[in-house]
Amino acid sequence: MDVFSKRKYLVIGLFSLTALIIVVRLFYIQVIDSSYKISAATNVLRREINYPARGVIYDRNGKLMVFNQAAYDVLITPREVKAFDTLAFCSIVGVAKEELINEIIKAKNFSRYKPSPIIKQLSSQTYAVLQEQLFKYPGFYIQARTLRQYPAKIAAHVLGYVGEVDQKAIDANKYYENGDYIGRSGIERAYENELRGVKGISYKMVDVHQMIKGSFEQGRLDTAAVIGKNLISTLNADLQGYGEQLLSGKVGSIVAIEPSTGEILVLASSPTFDPGLFVGRERGRNYAKLLNDPNKPMLNRAITSSYPPGSTFKIANALIGLKDGVLQTVRYSCNGPASTPIVCTHNHETPLGLISAIRESCNSFFWQAFRSEINHYSTPTEGLEAFRNSLLEMGIGRKIGGDLYAENSGNAPSVSYYDKIYGQGGWNSMTIRSLSIGQGELLVTPLQLSNMVSLIANRGYYIAPHLVRSIQEYDGTQDTLHYDKHTIDAGRDNYEMIVEGMEQVVESGTARVSAKIDSLIICGKTGTIQNPHGEAHSAFVAFAPKINPKIAIAVYIENGVWGARYAAPIASLIIEKYLKGRIASRRQHFEDAMINSNLISTMKLEGGD
Amino acid sequence: MKTSNNIWFNLDWTTVLLYLLLVFLGWINIYAAVYSDDHQSIMDMGQKYGKQLIWIIAGIVLAIMVLSVDSKFYAAFAYHIYAITILLLIAVLFLGKEVNGARAWFEFGNIALQPAELGKFATNLALAKCISQFDFKIQKMRSYIILILLILLPSVLIIMQNDTGSALVFAVFVFVFYREGLNGMVLFWGFAAAALFILSLLLDQFKLLFFLLTISVAAYGVLRQNIKEPLIGFLAIIGALGLIWLINSIFSLDGTPLELLTITSMLIAILVIIYGIIRRIGEVWRILLFFIFAIGISMSVNYFYKNVMAPHQRDRIDQVLGIKIDKLGKGYNVNQSKIAIGSGGIIGKGFLKGTQTKYNFVPEQSTDFIFCTVGEEWGFIGATAVLGLFLLLLTRLINIAERQRSQFSRVYGYGVACILFFHIAINISMTIGLAPVIGIPLPFFSYGGSSLWSFTILLFIFLRLDASRTENIR
Repeated sequence: MDVFSKRKYLVIGLFSLTALIIVVRLFYIQVIDSSYKISAATNVLRREINYPARGVIYDRNGKLMVFNQAAYDVLITPREVKAFDTLAFCSIVGVAKEELINEIIKAKNFSRYKPSPIIKQLSSQTYAVLQEQLFKYPGFYIQARTLRQYPAKIAAHVLGYVGEVDQKAIDANKYYENGDYIGRSGIERAYENELRGVKGISYKMVDVHQMIKGSFEQGRLDTAAVIGKNLISTLNADLQGYGEQLLSGKVGSIVAIEPSTGEILVLASSPTFDPGLFVGRERGRNYAKLLNDPNKPMLNRAITSSYPPGSTFKIANALIGLKDGVLQTVRYSCNGPASTPIVCTHNHETPLGLISAIRESCNSFFWQAFRSEINHYSTPTEGLEAFRNSLLEMGIGRKIGGDLYAENSGNAPSVSYYDKIYGQGGWNSMTIRSLSIGQGELLVTPLQLSNMVSLIANRGYYIAPHLVRSIQEYDGTQDTLHYDKHTIDAGRDNYEMIVEGMEQVVESGTARVSAKIDSLIICGKTGTIQNPHGEAHSAFVAFAPKINPKIAIAVYIENGVWGARYAAPIASLIIEKYLKGRIASRRQHFEDAMINSNLISTMKLEGGD
Repeated sequence: MKTSNNIWFNLDWTTVLLYLLLVFLGWINIYAAVYSDDHQSIMDMGQKYGKQLIWIIAGIVLAIMVLSVDSKFYAAFAYHIYAITILLLIAVLFLGKEVNGARAWFEFGNIALQPAELGKFATNLALAKCISQFDFKIQKMRSYIILILLILLPSVLIIMQNDTGSALVFAVFVFVFYREGLNGMVLFWGFAAAALFILSLLLDQFKLLFFLLTISVAAYGVLRQNIKEPLIGFLAIIGALGLIWLINSIFSLDGTPLELLTITSMLIAILVIIYGIIRRIGEVWRILLFFIFAIGISMSVNYFYKNVMAPHQRDRIDQVLGIKIDKLGKGYNVNQSKIAIGSGGIIGKGFLKGTQTKYNFVPEQSTDFIFCTVGEEWGFIGATAVLGLFLLLLTRLINIAERQRSQFSRVYGYGVACILFFHIAINISMTIGLAPVIGIPLPFFSYGGSSLWSFTILLFIFLRLDASRTENIR
């Protein structure tokens, strides 16, 4: 009836086309493009982390060595931050304005929407003040954390420290993320998984003002925080402190082990530092200072420095010879200082047997002993191979494998090493004779030395030295850790021969003045290690008492002149303190001398030439 | 016919049901949009959804009132209603309350009334009356002027209230005129002008000029049904441009690319004119006219855009066209709206499970951006279904309009469909970033009494007219 009525189709067509365009667009943003779903999640979800308290560490007698104290991080979400009185804020938290602005810029660069920490580890006192004022600073949040605290400023190297995770740790383990703390060295590192616990994560839904509106999916995805487990260490805190005191002013270390269990009683390295320096706001500055100190206080010399063992090695040499059956009855002659090819520094009877040789630390005896040990096999190659294997069995030249972090393996030179230097067949026992007296390419750590003494003390076995005895479970029970036992069967009598020699060292030999204690039989061995860079190093190994030993010890003092000068007094003082409880007045002057001596300043002077 | 007098029997119940369904869906989406754990009852009169329920009930009462009025009343009093509305639109400029920079509201105690909403159906009535007069011929110039004046009067008044969005709605009547016999070329030029407007903003002038040249040559080919001539023409443009470029380089004349192209196009235009005169080809003049018209529009767009439009209107257009991207400032609304809808996925998060709207990430989430809740909670399927219901309603209205014997009813019916279409298309498009944010509500969904009532009156007047379609002719 109407010429234009067909135009209704064009109008309906336009409506439908528009609807189609909208549907295609909806399909694109709702179904194809997933970025809106991510944006929606970042809009509304806030991931809250509940950091559990880190486990504490006790010494063997239940004395607290590390515990936690509450501390607070200040976080900002840059998008929500409004203009605020920076000066007032700075005066509350005690940071410089420039530093604050710097941190805010860093946070902005990281993300405008996500919270990032700008001020770390505020004390509870500062937190209390800030908490009251926080409403003035929109976009600022506070995250509770715990800080490590040390009742006594000891055992910094052993305990290690905790620090923020780096990218490498984050990449290696999905558990960690930016801002988490992780054990960086020592027990903190070795027992990271036990100590840290499990952080809890909860997802909260927030509105546009970041007000929390409730948990996400009724908290189905939330996980509860699990506090860290406590550790019972093998250390004796008092003895550790005493050891560190004795080491003051010297570069060196002490390792004391309970031979029957392999439990480390003392593991001290000097120079040391206050472990509390790595905690709190000053951490960065302190860390840099320690790192740049020429005496390297952060180095744990007891397990990461390896030295030539010097004459203390004669014990290992003797044990190998006895095991091979070549030293039981032999007597070798010595010309004292006129001896060749190695001089002997001591004047004593000649010819002499093994026990006397240990007592007198006779170089002549031991290179000849070494020659017969090597020549006991048909070729020098086989001989050295056997010699080296025996060392490795004793834990020399390899990581012993307790629970220590960053243990050095030392060096027991191999056949291929000498082949490379002298050519195959170009060397024999005499070429490498300096091994016999613990010099040359042989390198051991103080830990390995004390373990070697432990083996002698036990007359035939050692348990891998370790720092943690047990882990405290949540129900209060102790989960005692087990460590490998290594047995070296060389015959009881042979061990007793060495013990006899070591007893005579203290009784009437090289350490008779410095290490002898009334009514206690100490078995020891001194070592004086030639040092081309300065004064000789001073070493002493010992165990006591002779019967049923309770402590095996190695002391190594760099530039300590000779074995009986520093190492022997220090070792004997530790033993006396541990077994007697106090230092006899007769020996008080040793204690004073050790505590007050300072070798570090003289070392620096020597650095000049 | 026995039943012809019973309007309840003749009432188009399909449309009524669609209306009730849409209003109900709107209501529960407002509930979902502002839902919080503190106020869980959908009947809570202190909350928006509680108030909306009151608006809905009042709307239904209004609808019944509209249906109770004699159908002849609307045609008879169309101009009176129009005149009263115009007076109200003038009055609100002086007596109205200013909200968000727009002086558009009368306040009577708790109730606010927006005369601009009345403008839609009043203008629609007036236009229907005007077109349906027996001596009216839409092709006459005089008719154009009357129709344009009828539309322009309320739109200018609404623009003066600072409510440009509502004023733009009146442009949609062009489709009604088209149905009533408006020359199709007007529609074509309208679309061409709109396309040029967008292109002028998106392309730089060089590209635009080149584009227009190409289009002109192609259009010439279409008109002449010939491929050879436009091909030669296009090669001539390239050749001339290259030549002028060469001259420019040789003599170091420092002409900008745009200047060079302008000279080229003038050169080509002269050649084309000479060619057209010699060969007596009439199409040349039409193409030339188109070309000059297009250049004129694109140049005036820049002026209009920079000097006439308000900065916030420029920003909204820039956001849609992607000229400026500012997700946190000017584009925050639309970005958050897209996030809400986009995060709905295929099946949506479920009723009351939407987080983006519920936690206020989307501004105006119960009024202009109510579609976000639909998209977020009901997903692609739900959003498409709602869109489908709207399309069903619109096609239903067109079909009802076509069955009218009275031209008045038909024109009015087209007006209703087109007004609803404009609101639906622009409102949904702006929530998904297809149209600039001009702040117009989604019919039957958006929170607010004024808009719900005005759409209800608009629709039910038509249903009343339709119910009486058998009573009278003309």
